[in-house]
Amino acid sequence: MSGAAFPVVSLGPLLPTLIVLAAAGLVLLADLLPRRGGRDLLATLGLVGVVGALLATLWRWGSPGRAFDGMVVLDGFALFANVVICYAVALIILLSVDYLRRVGAESGEYYALVLFATAGMMLLAAAGDLIVVFLALELMSLSLYVLAGLFKRELASGEASMKYFLLGAFASSFMLYGIALVYGATGATNLDRIAAATAGRGHDPLLAIGLGLLLVGFGFKTSAVPFHMWAPDVYQGAPTSVTALIATGSKAAAFAALIRVLVVALRSAQADWTVLLWAVAVVTMTLGNVVAIAQSNLKRMLAYSSIAHVGYMLVGLVAGGVPGAGAVLFYLLAYTFTTVGTFGVITLCTRAGEEAVEVGDYAGLARRHPVLAATLGLFLLSLVGIPPLAGFVGKFYLFGAAVRAGYVWLAVIGVLNSAVAAYYYLRVLVYMYMREPEGAAAAWAPSFAGGLALAIALVGIVVLGVMPAPFADLAQAAVAPLLR
Amino acid sequence: MGVPEHYYVALSAILFTIGVVGVVIRRNPLVIFMSIELMLNAANLALVAFGHRFGALDGQALVLFVMAVAAAEVAVGLAIIVAIFRVRRRLSVDDLSVMRW
Repeated sequence: MSGAAFPVVSLGPLLPTLIVLAAAGLVLLADLLPRRGGRDLLATLGLVGVVGALLATLWRWGSPGRAFDGMVVLDGFALFANVVICYAVALIILLSVDYLRRVGAESGEYYALVLFATAGMMLLAAAGDLIVVFLALELMSLSLYVLAGLFKRELASGEASMKYFLLGAFASSFMLYGIALVYGATGATNLDRIAAATAGRGHDPLLAIGLGLLLVGFGFKTSAVPFHMWAPDVYQGAPTSVTALIATGSKAAAFAALIRVLVVALRSAQADWTVLLWAVAVVTMTLGNVVAIAQSNLKRMLAYSSIAHVGYMLVGLVAGGVPGAGAVLFYLLAYTFTTVGTFGVITLCTRAGEEAVEVGDYAGLARRHPVLAATLGLFLLSLVGIPPLAGFVGKFYLFGAAVRAGYVWLAVIGVLNSAVAAYYYLRVLVYMYMREPEGAAAAWAPSFAGGLALAIALVGIVVLGVMPAPFADLAQAAVAPLLR
Repeated sequence: MGVPEHYYVALSAILFTIGVVGVVIRRNPLVIFMSIELMLNAANLALVAFGHRFGALDGQALVLFVMAVAAAEVAVGLAIIVAIFRVRRRLSVDDLSVMRW
């Protein structure tokens, strides 16, 4: 023991995460200061932290690094995921400022928890070891459980929080048991060492069960069918800004970790998990789209639609290889911009003093607020996959990769599903443009920060849709080293 | 060398199963939560047993992390349960039905 040298720790690869954590600490401290006026200072601090992390990520671009004996790997893949996460969180903080003030739920811990969740997401995307996967997932999830229950006096919010917590903790324990079994089968928790230990080995039941349990855990976190039950209730009951965070940031981070675990550590079992994911992808997109048709609550409809989008992304994972995994990464970027924008419009709309969450609340919006209606319309068209918006290009890459990898039927099912999805997205457009409101009409709660966030998201989906090539190349370059 | 290591793994599998069954069939959030803790501890037992087999400390080290996470989970979970109880005054997951599809 006395001879053991203290290991040299390089904190460089952790820099983006550390910036976010420092900002979270500062927000908690600043919340204690006596203050006049609102909590704009806290939101500003949070925004500075996230933008700082984004800049640090861009600064580290092209110089991959590892820390803590390969436990944290900040490679191109993690950097790309970080950009997605930082964009999502920055937009959500902008949207939150006036939304929270309006609903009377302003609090310092909101911003601190959002930042802690962000740190967990970034760590999850950079996890090179199953221990870090578990810890980062818990850091993210525990923060989100509390955020979902932010409206303490509302039954739906508490219910969302409780359901999210119980099912999330249940899923985490499945994942932990899977980690234990994978450790038992290979003697390692490091992803590279697991890959080395499983290479060229025959079928191992312990490893197969471990892989299955890991996939159950990831299935819950990404809300893939049959582990999607929590999503609609949580999306509906949670504050809308938190819903946006759960739908984008946490999903992007969980997907990044899933890709890394499957592609790096469990490459030798690829034949097994490809078959499994094929079936899950088909069921996920079909059930998500079909049930979404029956929803009258916009947030609930978007929950089922986001389940369907997870199905599309699994198609890319099944296709595999650099094109497939790159397409998933690109889709995450496109989906994040579109979804934050959609939920952003909902945070800005009110009807008769309440949040406008029913599809019917949006009747006649186009006449009174043409710009807002057109914005929501563009986001929904991007979700449908209408060119030249981001959603179309993302789907094009995903299904293209599936066809090239020989999964023609999977691509056909995906395209058919997109056609079904058009129905319920366009229904919202019909309400906005062709129906007259019954009673009070939906109104816009003016918000400079919120409008700015919507503008950024709108520019994002148009730029991604009109010139996707540079971003798709970046995504492919980011996944290529994982597959080597 | 006492009890062979695969006995511990078998015991952990049994504990894990009891936990899963508990989560599925019980109706009180507190009991469900206890069952989840049982599942976590089953995983801990398996990790320690495997770590012993490999003669390495990774398993034991991971258990320490898991215990810290479980403690954090208790804090958050009980807070959520108390917050719901304040509004509702009854404690059963069957009551959580404001939202249904």
